[in-house]
Amino acid sequence: MSWFLFIILAFFTLAGGLGVVVTRNVVHAALFLLVSLVAVAGLYLILFAEFLALVQVLIYGGAIIIVLLFAIMLTRTAEYPYISDNKQWPLAAVAAAAVGVVLGAAFLDNNIPETSPNSPAFADLANSLFTTWAIPFEVASLVLLVALIGAIIIARTGEDNR
Amino acid sequence: MVPLVAFQVLSAALFAIGLYGVMARRSAVLIVMSIELMLNAVNINLIAAASHLDGMGKWANFDGQIIAIFVITVAAAEVGLGMAIILRMYRNRSTVNVDEINLMKW
Repeated sequence: MSWFLFIILAFFTLAGGLGVVVTRNVVHAALFLLVSLVAVAGLYLILFAEFLALVQVLIYGGAIIIVLLFAIMLTRTAEYPYISDNKQWPLAAVAAAAVGVVLGAAFLDNNIPETSPNSPAFADLANSLFTTWAIPFEVASLVLLVALIGAIIIARTGEDNR
Repeated sequence: MVPLVAFQVLSAALFAIGLYGVMARRSAVLIVMSIELMLNAVNINLIAAASHLDGMGKWANFDGQIIAIFVITVAAAEVGLGMAIILRMYRNRSTVNVDEINLMKW
């Protein structure tokens, strides 16, 4: 059962990813990305990481896809269908495939002893996040704040500058 | 039961797809999407390791899941900033084709 779900979700993850990198239409690419990200949330559920699955659907499926679609709409020009891939795309495909094969071979080669997948209670996750990882957590919130202010300043139109 | 290595091979494949997208695409928005694919591949790897290796040596307490939360945070910040830069680039140069954004190219 677990294998069945894994194969279905892996198929949607990889098919969505391939769709993102081969489709001509940018809006279709964003929707393929959504398929891939939701399938990844399903993979997190197989791994019993329920909290991460929720975060994945909320942040990636909700926020990031919407921001990407907004960017596509706001920069929409007649040129989009004509922005083709690089002329070196076969070289890029070979290089990417080589990286994938090397990584996959390295993973197949290792023999880490593993347990069957199990899950933390939400309370344990929160405890760890706010005790052991408290400082990185605060730094992450600072990073988000700086990125937010920076994005506003960069994207603002020049007319209202003093 | 799906072994750890299946998730790792899947994440390697997804990473390679994203890498191809970053190298072959010319639209800046599509490059950002490919970077998201690569970050997701890393997250699959982290979370698979966190739930298969819990309590073994130094891989305790599901630290992988917490690092994945940080990766998602940074990805969100990256998309926000990246889109702002792309909008500004589009307003100044009327294009999002990265081959034509060559002002700083030597």
